[in-house]
Amino acid sequence: MSDLLIARSLFGTTMAFHIIFATIGVGLPLMILVAELLYQKTKDQDYVVMAKRWTKAFAVLLGVGIPTGTIAGVQLSLLWPGFMEVIGRVMPLPFQIEIYAFFIEALFMSIYVYAAERIAPWMRIASLVLVAIGALSSAVLITNVHAFQGTPAGFRYEDGKFLDIDPWAAFFNPSFFVTAGHVALSAYVVGAFVVASVASFKMMKNKIGSRVYLFHQKALVLSLVVGGIFAFLTALNGHESAQYLHKYQPEKLAAAEGLFETQSHAPLAIGGFTDKETKEIKGAIEIPWALSFLAGNSFDTVVVGLNDYPEELWPPLFIHTLFNGMVFIGSALIMVPLLVFAWKKLFKKTQYPKLMLWGLVTTGPLAVIAIECGWIFACSGRQPWVIYHILSTAESATTATNLGALFVSFIIVYMILGFSVVFVLLYFFRKNTELDDIERAEKKGTPLFSSNS
Amino acid sequence: MADALIAITVLWGFVFIYAVMATMDFGAGFWSMIYINREKTKATNIANRYLSPTWEVTNTFIVALVVAVYSLFPSAANILGTILLIPGSLILLLLALRSAFLVFSNIATEYKKPLTYISGIAGIIIPGLLISVLPITHGHYVDFADGTVNLNLNKLFSSPNEYAFIGFAITSTLFLSSLLLADYSKASNEMEAYRVYLRDGKILGPISLIMALLIMITLKNEVGWIYNKMMEDLPLLLISIGFFLIIGYGLYARNPFQKGERGMPRLAVIAVTIQYLIASYVYGKAHLPYIIYPNVTIESAFTDPNSFRAVFITYIVGFAILFPGFIYFWSLFMNDKRYLRQKGN
Repeated sequence: MSDLLIARSLFGTTMAFHIIFATIGVGLPLMILVAELLYQKTKDQDYVVMAKRWTKAFAVLLGVGIPTGTIAGVQLSLLWPGFMEVIGRVMPLPFQIEIYAFFIEALFMSIYVYAAERIAPWMRIASLVLVAIGALSSAVLITNVHAFQGTPAGFRYEDGKFLDIDPWAAFFNPSFFVTAGHVALSAYVVGAFVVASVASFKMMKNKIGSRVYLFHQKALVLSLVVGGIFAFLTALNGHESAQYLHKYQPEKLAAAEGLFETQSHAPLAIGGFTDKETKEIKGAIEIPWALSFLAGNSFDTVVVGLNDYPEELWPPLFIHTLFNGMVFIGSALIMVPLLVFAWKKLFKKTQYPKLMLWGLVTTGPLAVIAIECGWIFACSGRQPWVIYHILSTAESATTATNLGALFVSFIIVYMILGFSVVFVLLYFFRKNTELDDIERAEKKGTPLFSSNS
Repeated sequence: MADALIAITVLWGFVFIYAVMATMDFGAGFWSMIYINREKTKATNIANRYLSPTWEVTNTFIVALVVAVYSLFPSAANILGTILLIPGSLILLLLALRSAFLVFSNIATEYKKPLTYISGIAGIIIPGLLISVLPITHGHYVDFADGTVNLNLNKLFSSPNEYAFIGFAITSTLFLSSLLLADYSKASNEMEAYRVYLRDGKILGPISLIMALLIMITLKNEVGWIYNKMMEDLPLLLISIGFFLIIGYGLYARNPFQKGERGMPRLAVIAVTIQYLIASYVYGKAHLPYIIYPNVTIESAFTDPNSFRAVFITYIVGFAILFPGFIYFWSLFMNDKRYLRQKGN
């Protein structure tokens, strides 16, 4: 492996690992908030118990999310010093403002968890709102840097120099809202379906109609409602994201769709593999004219093909598969809640068949796979550029060599963290069952939050 | 010039705040490990009571620091990023283990001991590596050759100066944190824990001072330029040492407000903060105008003026918004008797 490839693999591994915790870390606070609000409305103690248990899980996940986020932030400077020099000069605002969001999240997360019993209920809700806002803003702001990499703005680039720098114009670069919106909405999808997975798994493990079963059924319904809504919104936004690609990064859209010839009435290719040799897509289902319509809302929209670009500037062609994976899972996650509600309301079924529950268990992992696909698609699809048409990834990489040992060490640490976080979560929730918490909630005056065991 | 000076002052401020908070944080983690088998003293509980709500906030400062470097001095960040690849990665790896296992140890109570050992040991190595950034910026372990820079690790780790810095970082971590925890346990009315930390402070104070002197001696031999410039502010250095006497008074004197109890830990904590503030001011001033000696100065590395102005405004607005949050946080965890004097846990 070349040093550049190791550097990319190392950073990619960091992001792929961090993004799981970061995404759930944005999504879960919303679920906790909804549960807290539902409690205020219904006075049903089950929602407090949900909020408590999800908060606990959230705190454990933060134990990995925060340090891996720190790694990601610092590793940017260690592995891509040339890139961060440009970002520091032109696009420092998102990182800078993200720090404040990060502070708000850290301060009020501690207040929500460790001071829950000492503050007024409205203050508890306010703290939670601030945690959710902090988490969401961090995600939005960090994604803004990614947006800038695709649609750089706010400077004039001449002879390798950045002139007339306007950091706010860079901040509000063309794809900021669309890209950040996509990440924010999809994080809520992930948060909701991760909860749905756990709830449906627990429903399978418990007797139908039992106290614990009913508890998880409430959680499942809640998560399907939230997940379904946000999956739909993500898809709407995704459509706009694709149109932005058409407008600003046509070769990325071409590679995502395996389109070689520039044409109007371009077909949409679903599935299959792109063949670099024969310059065609193999084994795909092609929907005639659909890509042109998606890209520009009319069939005679001309979609640029890869042949218009020299081959060394092509993004890797495997992104077609990642793109398909993301879209496919995203669409499925819109359908799942609809199917469940149709089953319950239209067919008046009261029970969830085992097969349906198994299907629901897969939604959380699928949602995580979808965001992984999406991020790898978005970042590999920008190659060979780190800042589109301005700075190449190779130019911005560290000049240090022998990165192999570092790569291995980071993988080992991520494996340790990955295994132990799963172990700790399983251990904790096995020791502190739903029933324990429900009973504790029913006894008035016992602290629910600060009790760790 | 003025803008670059403001920028480096902001950066220095972040370094100082993070340094103080991190010593308290990593130190508390270490003490929590040391006293884990002496349950009666509650020394471990006190350390955890401090750590649980604060570690995330402390951790945020290191990110703020790194972001400040690349947004204020982007080309310095480029070179620093290149030469700090190995030490920086080590810090990150240890930090990841430390933070994660700190959280895990509070959740998986049955495995508290092994988890606390991992986070405690990882945590006490980190300050030694973090402070190594300072001797690295002195420049003579950095090879500038035909357009590339390289950190000479052999040269770095065979230098007595580097070890003086590492020793100073670790003893200071333990010193500052024992003073803070003495104060914290006194506020929490845990007098046994208080006496334990007071004793630790008495032992570690003189050791830290010796380490500081060792830094000066090795600096004189190895990095004359910074030593000479620091000595220009000798009166300030002497005042800094003078504060050491106040700390001593805070540790040994009878408490005038509380009969039969020795020590005024709050006084010691304030005095030690001022002491380190003065010392780091003298050091920082002597370091100017270089960020990395002799090739990178605050002038040559300074960011675009437009970007600086925008960033500076966000600093003012951001911290104005955050300030009430910090006050509220402080009042809930540092100053609320219901939190400090809780039973059990």
